[in-house]
Amino acid sequence: MSITHIDQVEMNEVHLTCPVQADDLKDLKLGDLVYLDGVIYTGREGLYRRMLDEGVAPPVPLREVSNVNFHCSPAASPDEDGGFIVKAVTATASFRFGKWMKAFFEETGCKLIIGKAGMNSKEYKELFVPSGAIYLTTVGYGLGATYGRGVTGVRDVFWLEELGIAQAVWVLELKNLGPFIVESDAEGNSLFELSNKKINENLEKAYEGLPQPVLRRYGEELDRGEELV
Amino acid sequence: MASLSFLEDRQAGSFPPAATGEVPGDLVLEVGKELMSRAAIGIPPDFKAAVKDMAEEEKNPLSLFVLNQIAQNYEIAEEDGRPMCGDTGLPRWYVKMGNDCRLQGGFCLLEKNLRQATAEATREIPLRPNRVHPITRADNNNNVGIHAPEIQYAFEPEGSWIELTTVHKGGLFGTDYRMLFPADGIPGIKRFFLDTWVEFGRRGMACQPAVIGLGIGGCKDTTMRIAKEAACLRAVGDRNPDPQLAEMEEELKNLGNSVGMGPMGFAGGSGVVDVHVEVAHTHTGGMQVAMHCFCFASRRATARISTTGEVSFRSDPQWFTPYYRREGIA
Repeated sequence: MSITHIDQVEMNEVHLTCPVQADDLKDLKLGDLVYLDGVIYTGREGLYRRMLDEGVAPPVPLREVSNVNFHCSPAASPDEDGGFIVKAVTATASFRFGKWMKAFFEETGCKLIIGKAGMNSKEYKELFVPSGAIYLTTVGYGLGATYGRGVTGVRDVFWLEELGIAQAVWVLELKNLGPFIVESDAEGNSLFELSNKKINENLEKAYEGLPQPVLRRYGEELDRGEELV
Repeated sequence: MASLSFLEDRQAGSFPPAATGEVPGDLVLEVGKELMSRAAIGIPPDFKAAVKDMAEEEKNPLSLFVLNQIAQNYEIAEEDGRPMCGDTGLPRWYVKMGNDCRLQGGFCLLEKNLRQATAEATREIPLRPNRVHPITRADNNNNVGIHAPEIQYAFEPEGSWIELTTVHKGGLFGTDYRMLFPADGIPGIKRFFLDTWVEFGRRGMACQPAVIGLGIGGCKDTTMRIAKEAACLRAVGDRNPDPQLAEMEEELKNLGNSVGMGPMGFAGGSGVVDVHVEVAHTHTGGMQVAMHCFCFASRRATARISTTGEVSFRSDPQWFTPYYRREGIA
């Protein structure tokens, strides 16, 4: 049974190894708490623009690296041995990456996106579900130190010179990295959208007696043929 | 594995050695780096206590889980010496000087050292080099660049010391500005506050629990500046000395939490840690407002360096003073 109301959330603890198996994902419920072992990579707009818009192939095909993409960039720095240390990791907001997801899933076989604050259920149903992918949200979101502990090593980094530390593709080794919260399930439902329903019940009262400003803004008025006073 | 060379801070200039009675440049650099580290790793005690209090009151299981994770993350950051958040924000500096203070090399050496402290701390802590060129997206990999980091100055009439405060604040969500008018009145301010809070609080984009700074009046840059300073440079529980504004702070805090939007936008009562309001005299026809949310990785650290070389650190910037607000100066 999938979760259809925020109060049904059970917050079950689940441990997965990356790359993940399709069977790992099908029974995950909205609000479950996930911890990861294994290998993942990081990729955000720098990766999407370079690989999908400019058509540059990564040095190693991503599907050979993992099938888990973390929308983040670590606080990383070169160490004395020519490698890198990663001390803190925090995700970046995923909503702005929707336009690349379909091509990205097709190109890489990615099954699990980890990020900040998710996307909307329309995108999950249209982009994620056909690829068998789901979305895990980071917690907080600033649990950088907690997640930093779960990163045990940097196996590789792609496009460091081209994209810089904050956008490079980092291949990370994990031990018990988490917690993450299941935000979209195999059907493409969204935990945040269930939360919003509950919050919306309070809005009318909060806005009581607060009229619209005398000068509106475009955005509130969508027709540019209208004036705003 | 690829290597990376960090760009040198190219700011030119040679400066005479420190004279007696001047704050030495080396000390500014050393203290600056220490502040960067303290801010990135150690949550200020006022904010930590506020999150603990919220966790004791929170009834919603998802929100409570998040609050407990946040509290644990503060501990892990300090135990391991890791930045509490991997998005180490856009480091910036607030500098305050007593009017009798003298600096070795003047303001240009001060700025050189603050830029260098930012670059070196970015590599050594390490911080994420977030600062990129807005069009080319090129990253100097050291959080230093064009107009970056921001350095804001203030002065006090007396004192032979300089105070340095660094703030590491994320830069994407939880901020807005709007031109309101006297006809909009207090209800207009409240509506702007709620609109911004609901817009950015959903899904926790504002990384709440947050301290919210609200600027009212001035002109657009002033409004934005005092709103950000209200969010970042006043301790939790601090109230504006103007009783009417202090009351507004309490009222807005309660209004924000009445939405029932906790951490990550889950249902709950733990969203707004505090609201700080600052005002500036403005155009007779206008009442502009601006809002900033400072997230639960509420990173700031302050040090005072005296011209005798004494250094003292503290977590409360004490930025807003009667002189800074120009209270009573007609």
